[in-house]
Amino acid sequence: MKKSSIIILAALMLLGVGGMSYTDLNQKDERTVSFSTNGTASESFETMMKVLTHKRCINCHPAGDRPRQGEDSHIHNFDVQRGEDGHGVVALQCKTCHQSSNNSLSGVPGAPHWHLAPRSMAWEGLDKYEIAQAMLDKNKNGNRSVEEIEKHLTEDQLVLWVFEPGVNNEGIPREKPPVSKEDYIKAVKDWIAEGAIIPSK
Amino acid sequence: MNVSFTLNGKAVSVDVDGQTPLLWVVRDVLGMKGTKFGCGKAACGACTLHVDGDAIRSCSYAVQFAEGKKVTTIEGLSTDEKIHPVQQAWMEEIVPQCGYCQPGFMMATAALLEKIPNPTDEDIDNNIANICRCGTYYRMRKAIHRAAEIQQNSNS
Repeated sequence: MKKSSIIILAALMLLGVGGMSYTDLNQKDERTVSFSTNGTASESFETMMKVLTHKRCINCHPAGDRPRQGEDSHIHNFDVQRGEDGHGVVALQCKTCHQSSNNSLSGVPGAPHWHLAPRSMAWEGLDKYEIAQAMLDKNKNGNRSVEEIEKHLTEDQLVLWVFEPGVNNEGIPREKPPVSKEDYIKAVKDWIAEGAIIPSK
Repeated sequence: MNVSFTLNGKAVSVDVDGQTPLLWVVRDVLGMKGTKFGCGKAACGACTLHVDGDAIRSCSYAVQFAEGKKVTTIEGLSTDEKIHPVQQAWMEEIVPQCGYCQPGFMMATAALLEKIPNPTDEDIDNNIANICRCGTYYRMRKAIHRAAEIQQNSNS
């Protein structure tokens, strides 16, 4: 390698370009988004991720085209498919069975605009750091700003359904995340106010 | 609570608990017995009817959500003048065995043909998720294709 090339490469490395680069930062809201370099995770991040990594969230953020369900996150019964827009196939939509609120008689869960997260927001198989990165990546998150993410995470009734998941078809209450709704909402807001820092693994 | 909607083209109004399944209201309050109770868990599809043209599992549909909507049951699928292509095809192919689940299948099929007029086998597999314990799936598949044919011929 020529000496000039080595100098350029060294300069690029000093600037943090290349490798597991943060070029996708350009796709995010640079005002508030950054990656931690000290490896520590804030309490707010950890609290928030206890909810976002819970099965109540992950079941509808599947890696494939079929939702998961239940405490064991099995593939959704009846060969239910994602469809074009995450609302099911044309004549077997989510709303065929799921309405805008839980049905305690049949045990079918429900919340407004019940549907799957888009393929780009597949969380199944990701760890909490990867989920957070996907969440902030405008290429994956539906071009949402950090403010819009905060609103989605703390106000969307489908997201907040995880805290009131109702009973299953045997009348048994579904498992809730190990954090209260109030603590979760505070954690999300604190995390974003702190700069939406994603700690290194 | 009072809930008003149209049932098979006629305006109806019922005074019931809003959480009452639409299935119970249709059968026990309004006397339309064609829609069947199967599992009560939105799993089998015997209770399928249409709400604003979409297939809905009525055992899991609180009647309060029907307010102002258009509900169609198997009794309202055909008109006085014309039998529905799905019903015609079901008779031609002699689909039913015990028959209990068939109204739900026919309503699911009618909704499918509205969205996909000429469904492939894959479309049928993806969109018709009802359950028939007699195992009439093979004849139903033939009938769905036949219904599509009848519908297209009647439209041409």
